[in-house]
Formats: sequence, C-alpha cells, structure tokens
Amino acid sequence: MNTSALVVMLGTMILVTSLMIYFFVRVIKTPPKPEPDSYLDNDDEPDRQVKP
Amino acid sequence: MSANKESWGSRVGLILAMAGNAVGLGNFLRFPVQAVQNGGGAFIIPYLICFLVMGIPLLWIEWSMGRFGGKFGHHSTPFIVDTMHKNRLWKYIGVFGIWTNIAVASYYCYLESWTLSYVFHSLGGTFAGLDQDGVAAFFNEYVSLGKSTFGIPYEPIVFFVICLLLNTWILSQGLAKGVERVAKFGMPMLILFGIFLAYKGFTIQAGENGALSDSAAGLNFLWTPNYDELWSPTVWLAAAGQIFFTLSVGMGTVHCYASYVRSKDDIALNAMSAGWMNEFVEVVLGSSILIPISIGYLGIERVTELVQLGGLGLGFKTLPYLFFQWGDTIGAVAGFMWFGLLFFAGITSSLAMGTPWIGFLQDEFNWRRRPAAWSFGLIVLLLGMPTVLFFKYGVFDEYDYWAGTVSLVVFALFETILFAWVFGMGKGWREITSGADIQVPYIYKYIIKFVTPLLLLWVFIGSLVTPKGGDWGKAFAGEWVLDDSSIINKIKNSSLKRQLAEATDPAVIEQLQDTLFFVNASRILLVAVFLSIAGLVYIAYKKRVREGRI
Repeated sequence: MNTSALVVMLGTMILVTSLMIYFFVRVIKTPPKPEPDSYLDNDDEPDRQVKP
Repeated sequence: MSANKESWGSRVGLILAMAGNAVGLGNFLRFPVQAVQNGGGAFIIPYLICFLVMGIPLLWIEWSMGRFGGKFGHHSTPFIVDTMHKNRLWKYIGVFGIWTNIAVASYYCYLESWTLSYVFHSLGGTFAGLDQDGVAAFFNEYVSLGKSTFGIPYEPIVFFVICLLLNTWILSQGLAKGVERVAKFGMPMLILFGIFLAYKGFTIQAGENGALSDSAAGLNFLWTPNYDELWSPTVWLAAAGQIFFTLSVGMGTVHCYASYVRSKDDIALNAMSAGWMNEFVEVVLGSSILIPISIGYLGIERVTELVQLGGLGLGFKTLPYLFFQWGDTIGAVAGFMWFGLLFFAGITSSLAMGTPWIGFLQDEFNWRRRPAAWSFGLIVLLLGMPTVLFFKYGVFDEYDYWAGTVSLVVFALFETILFAWVFGMGKGWREITSGADIQVPYIYKYIIKFVTPLLLLWVFIGSLVTPKGGDWGKAFAGEWVLDDSSIINKIKNSSLKRQLAEATDPAVIEQLQDTLFFVNASRILLVAVFLSIAGLVYIAYKKRVREGRI
C-alpha cells in the first residue's frame, strides 16, 4: 500500500476501534443504578434492592 | 391505560439492539461505494466531522426525546413530540416516525429476503459453476420472479413471506425475549463473519486463485486521499448523507427503543457506545470486504464501472462469483458468511422498524403485543407486495427515495428544531445529561442548538435543489440547472419524461410509460398510508380527550 493510504487507513481504523472499545468497556464497568432501573435481568440481585 | 408494560432485559442488550438498529446493509454496500466516489481516504475527514457535529447530536436528541416521552407512557413519536410542546400540530409531524418505518420495512424486508435466499443458494452451490455474467443473470432473473433454481414457484415471494413471518414472530415475543435476544446473537455473529471476510479481503495475493492483484490495490483505491475533493460541497453532502442513513436517525426507531429507559438511567453513554459500534462495523469491517475483494479479482477499471451502479450490484451480482474463486468449500462458506452477515444487519434493523407501530397500538388502543405485531406484518406484506411484483418498474426505488431518504432528513430537521428551539436547549440539555454515566462536553449544547440544525437544513436544501452534476461552483455563478437527482426534479419525473421524449422503440416507450404509472401510483399509495396514520393519531387524540388524559 502507498504511505498516505496506509496512514489514513490505520489512523482511522485504530481511532474508531479504540473509541468503540472504550465506550463499550465503560458501559460494562459502570455499576447499575439501584432498583427500580430499566433492565429486567438484574431485578432479583439482593444487593441492588432498595433498603426499607 | 396503556397495555405496554415492557422493559429491556439488560443494558448491553439495549446497546446491541440499538447498534443493530443502526447497522444495516448500507454499512457494507453503501459506505465503501460512497468513499470511492467521494475522494477515497479524504472522504473519512468530512465523514467523521459530520459524525461528531450531526450524528452524535442527533443520537443524543433522539435518545433523550424517547426517554422523555417514555416518562409519560408514550412509545411512538406522534405522542412523544406532543409532550414536548403544547401546539397540537407537532403530533402530526411525529407521524413521520411511524410512517417511515412501515414504508421502509415494506421494501427493506424484501431486500432482507434476498440475503436469506442467497444464504441457501450459497450453501446449495447455486453459484459454484457460474461465471460472473451467470451470477448477474441469476440476480436479474430472481428479481424478475423468473425460474427458481430450487424449483420453488415464485421463490422471491416465498422468501419475502418467510422473512416477514420471522420478523413478525420475533416482534410478537416482545422487547427482551424477541428483539433483544436476536440482537445479542446477531450482532456478535455479524462481527465474527465480518472479521473473517475482512481477513480474506486483506490477504488476497496476485496470481493466487485467479486474483489479478494483491489486496493492496483495492485498499489503495479506497484509502488514498484526494485532498482536493475536500473543497467540494458534493463530498460534504455525501458524507453528511452517509452519516445520516448509517445511524438510522430521523426514523423514530431510536425514540421508541429509548422510551423504555427510565428517567434516572443513562442515555448519553449508551448512545455513544451504540453509535461507535455502528462506526466500527461501517468503517473497519465495511471498508475491508466489498472493494478489496472486487478489485483483487476484477481490477480497478471494471470495479470503477460497477460502483456507478451502486453497492447492491457489487454485493449480489459480483461477490458470489468472486467467493467461488477460493474453491467450492471456502466459496460456499464465504457466501454463507457474507449473506448471513447482511441478513443479521438487515433483521436487526427491520425489527426496530416494527416497534414504533406496535408501541403506538399498545399505548393508544390498548392492543396486546402479539396482535399488534401481526398487524405490522400484514401491513408490510400488503405495502411490500408492489415492490416485489413491480420491482422492474421502479416501485422499490420510489419507496427507498421518499421513505428511506427524503423523509429521514425532513423529520430529523423538525425534531432538532423542536428539541433545541421549541422545547428549549436548557430543558434539552438537562434531559441529555440526566443520569449520564459520562461527562457530556458542554460545547455540544451549542452544537445541538446551532450547528446541527444548520447542517440538516443544508443537507435538505442541497438535496432539494441539487445542481446538475453536483457542480455547485457553476450554480453559484448563476447557471443553476437542477440535477435529475434533486427532489424538485424527482417530483416532476424529469428524468423519466426526458427518456420518454427521446425514445423511439415502441417496447421502450411502453416500458417507460408503465414505469411512470407505477412511480406515480407508489407515491399516491405512500401519501395514502401517511394520511391514514395521521387519521389514527387524530382518533387517538380524541380518545385521550374523551378519557380525560389530555
């Protein structure tokens, strides 16, 4: 490949892939809000229930 | 009371569903062709700038509008926008958010059914013994409802109905058990298939399996920047248009999905995650398959000719032939993966198109999910059949142009003005940042208020009065002749009428006259559907008044 094409391609692909991974990892690592939240899967987790 | 008590199963599921809504066939078929036609590697600069100042703001606007409407129990755009301002007319602007989805699903499900059929044809070895003309002839025969190699009568109709039944059944299972499950399976499979095909695209060796050149030739063709093109408004318009269509904004699907998110939960990070996932699929995977493989085997000159006909031709008429250059087994596997990938891209989008209509019926007329889903399937079947039966008369293209192109820009322009200027940027900013798991850059408050609406206005005006050949310099110098692709000339059927005036062969004249009839009939049908939905919105409004809900 010629240098300018290689630079543009690698620069773009690395930037886009990094940002995709960064935001997805942030989503996974952010602790969910206390119940009731928008998602059903975590409804029964005991430590997420609102204390009376 | 609304019968709608649905929720998303998980946050990752919501993001995958939202990314699946955005990722469509255009990521693999439209983006690389747009890049090649608009400056190669330099196209990425206006493309990413438009993503930052138009794509991301529109995502945040639509996510927050959806979540805001959801607080009041609304899950479709007519009544979501109605909650944002007291003027009663806004809800009729919101009709776009249901109409677009029904009209687009009508032809998109047909396109999706081609990918499903081609999966089976790839595995069944239909393309194994065919040359390139044979594969192209197969496609032309297929869309003309000709003879089926599987011996199934009216095979395109059968696959269209199967595809619709599949969509409807999944929709009837609900958000968490239907749409989200498909996204959780389909998106990883799509990325996996894409990585395999991208690997093949990157490792073509000249002389091996009949390849004319290395992968580098195709990648150079796609990525070598022509910086002179950056000064062309046409290139910027193409970049803005691509960002627009790739994110599925201006449709009403993002609002609908986001309306099931509670007000304390994040939308800012979710929107960024889904948006960048779509960009990854488009820029990284989409650019590594179609063009490098085509150029590797056909050469630059032939591919330059083929891209003029669009990505659909390359994807369906050329790639199945090229895959079989790798041998019968790898060819069948690659064909299965390519059309499987397109099928997953298609179905995750078409499912999203069903949800606003279902949400509307549940909210306003207390329909249960299942009958609402089947009503969607029936409407799409009835509205989609003309695209199947009269494909050669341009009905498919007509739906795509008005519902899948023009209407998105119109609705996005209206919703941005509503959000930033009518609802007010103060309240709008609070909606975007409320519950946010990331710090939203403050500059976006001004980008959303000023830059995004102006850019959308420019995209709309640019499409309305596109000068001949995209020559803006000549247009601004005073010679503003409209191009046939401009909205005004489209309405006037200028291109068809000119072809009719120039035609001398009676068979061609008859074909053009039939095309003109079907084009006008399609428009009347689409307008009738819009007015019918507007009528339902009026009935729903009156019902609300009667029940004291307004």
